[in-house]
Amino acid sequence: MRAVTSKEKSITIIQKPPKKSFWKTLVQQKYLYLMSVPFVLLVIVFNYFPLWGWTMAFQNYKPALSLFQQEWVGFEHFIELFSDERFYRALRNTLGMSVLGLTVGFVMPIIFAVLLNEVRISIFKRTVQTITYLPHFVSWVVVAGIVTKMLSTDGGVINEMLVSLGILDKPTQFMAEGTYFWGIVVASDIWKEMGWNAIIFLAAISGIDSQLYEAAKVDGAGRLRQIWHVTLPGIRPTVLVLLILNIGHLTSIGFEKQMLLGNNLVVDYAEVLDLYALNYGIGLGRFSYGTAIGIFNSVISIILLFVANGIFKKYSNSSVM
Amino acid sequence: MKDRLFDSFIYIYLLFISVVTLYPFLNVLAISLNESIDTVRGGIYIWPRSFTLDNYKEIFQYDNLITGFINSASRTIIGTILGVLSSAMVAYTLSRADFQGRKWFSTIIVLTMYFSGGLIPGYMLIRDLGLINSYWVYIIPGIVNAFNIIIVRSFMDGLPYALQESAKIDGANDFTIFWKIIMPLCKPVLATVALFVAVGHWNSWFDTYLYNSMNENLTTLQYELMKILQNTSMGSTDPNSMKGMTADQLKTFVSPESIKMAISIVTIVPILVIYPFVQKYFVQGMTIGAVKS
Repeated sequence: MRAVTSKEKSITIIQKPPKKSFWKTLVQQKYLYLMSVPFVLLVIVFNYFPLWGWTMAFQNYKPALSLFQQEWVGFEHFIELFSDERFYRALRNTLGMSVLGLTVGFVMPIIFAVLLNEVRISIFKRTVQTITYLPHFVSWVVVAGIVTKMLSTDGGVINEMLVSLGILDKPTQFMAEGTYFWGIVVASDIWKEMGWNAIIFLAAISGIDSQLYEAAKVDGAGRLRQIWHVTLPGIRPTVLVLLILNIGHLTSIGFEKQMLLGNNLVVDYAEVLDLYALNYGIGLGRFSYGTAIGIFNSVISIILLFVANGIFKKYSNSSVM
Repeated sequence: MKDRLFDSFIYIYLLFISVVTLYPFLNVLAISLNESIDTVRGGIYIWPRSFTLDNYKEIFQYDNLITGFINSASRTIIGTILGVLSSAMVAYTLSRADFQGRKWFSTIIVLTMYFSGGLIPGYMLIRDLGLINSYWVYIIPGIVNAFNIIIVRSFMDGLPYALQESAKIDGANDFTIFWKIIMPLCKPVLATVALFVAVGHWNSWFDTYLYNSMNENLTTLQYELMKILQNTSMGSTDPNSMKGMTADQLKTFVSPESIKMAISIVTIVPILVIYPFVQKYFVQGMTIGAVKS
């Protein structure tokens, strides 16, 4: 009896240490704080301070004046934005390239991963992987140079091939035609990232229980049927989560490709929202207007993410938020 | 029978993909190693017709390229060390269940993956901090990366806690535990993060373009390459422009096309050298990161 009480006592002592104050724990965990606080401060400065800059969109921001001297103009910049023809063109280009990139650029890595998974000769599989991951690590600057070279009219391999196959009569200036620009951007993106994006699907496939394949084989399923009934359903959750995330990023496709591959001849098809903000905001020094473009972009992104997430929540059990 | 047909289809498809991926690199390499005057005739595919190293000798005459190379290399080294250390330290504190700042810090860091202030406010901040026209704009803003922290943290969550406990009993403080026990165990994931960060630094040109384009001493290799590639006057080589040249001029003529290709190769080589050593790690790293985020 006594033994039990003393045991209980000792347990209570271990489980309920006298509640330490915040400061006491802080001193005790000083090394943990030293390891994290400087970096959290950096995050706050570089990620949260710029949010304050959103107020610029509602002012006539003048760099020389202090915060309290700025003139507030409400939604004036947004109204101007929505009445600018160039804005709608930039919006069209952004959505055009991202929807195209999302549909084609999302399906290709899945097909690639599924087919690569069927390869039994491991050295062949590894070689293909090594080769296809490589372009991911090369800069867009180099890729833009390569794409321009491949599509050029003098000695560009694509023109030479199309002409020798009789598809084209004479070499075409692909980089000078606005109507080709979206296709070029999307195709070069796929060339660069398909192998890399497939890694995630390959990982999902390798997580599928091999007994399922055995069972399918016993039921007489050939390779194609196994893919259809086992592999594809197996990676469904991964596919859905990535799809939702990608939809959320529809308008934030960046501007690196567009800036590097674009030129004056194709600007009508190359200018995306971020480039538009860059040209107006920093190029022309219209910081307030440029910020308004950025805010519009972020708001659209968040709405798309919520809509996509809502739709998938309704039709499946997966959700990313 | 059907399966065999399917198999051959897969092999043909994958071979096709590999060739399409690899060919442009080989083509660029061949052009960079070919006499530039001969290149203009066209028809260089994956093998140089008349081999020369002149194009490479030529690009090392450009002062800006040397400066750019030094800046790119130094920011890659400094940036990678700081990036890996910050990811490891923050990830470690966030993986410690007893750390009282954990919840707050974790929220602050993860939220940054879903929004950003945007281009213009970001530019204004850098300007107000006095980082424009400074080398530090390459290093400081990019030290902490939420995605990398999450990758490292999910790796650390998989380590047995008993290791830390026994070290604590031996009297080690939190920093010693991190440095002596956790860091060595995290080598695979740290190699992955190091690769991501290093490639990011090596490949970036936009920060130079935006913040440091006035200062030639702060230029980077990719930015110089970007300038040369974007320069349309140096664009495609016109064979007619060579007609008026004397024999002597022709001898020393180096076409911009060859120069572009030689610089491209110079920027790719460091990646190719490191790539085989880290390949086995990054697949693992990508997978962990993907599952968590």
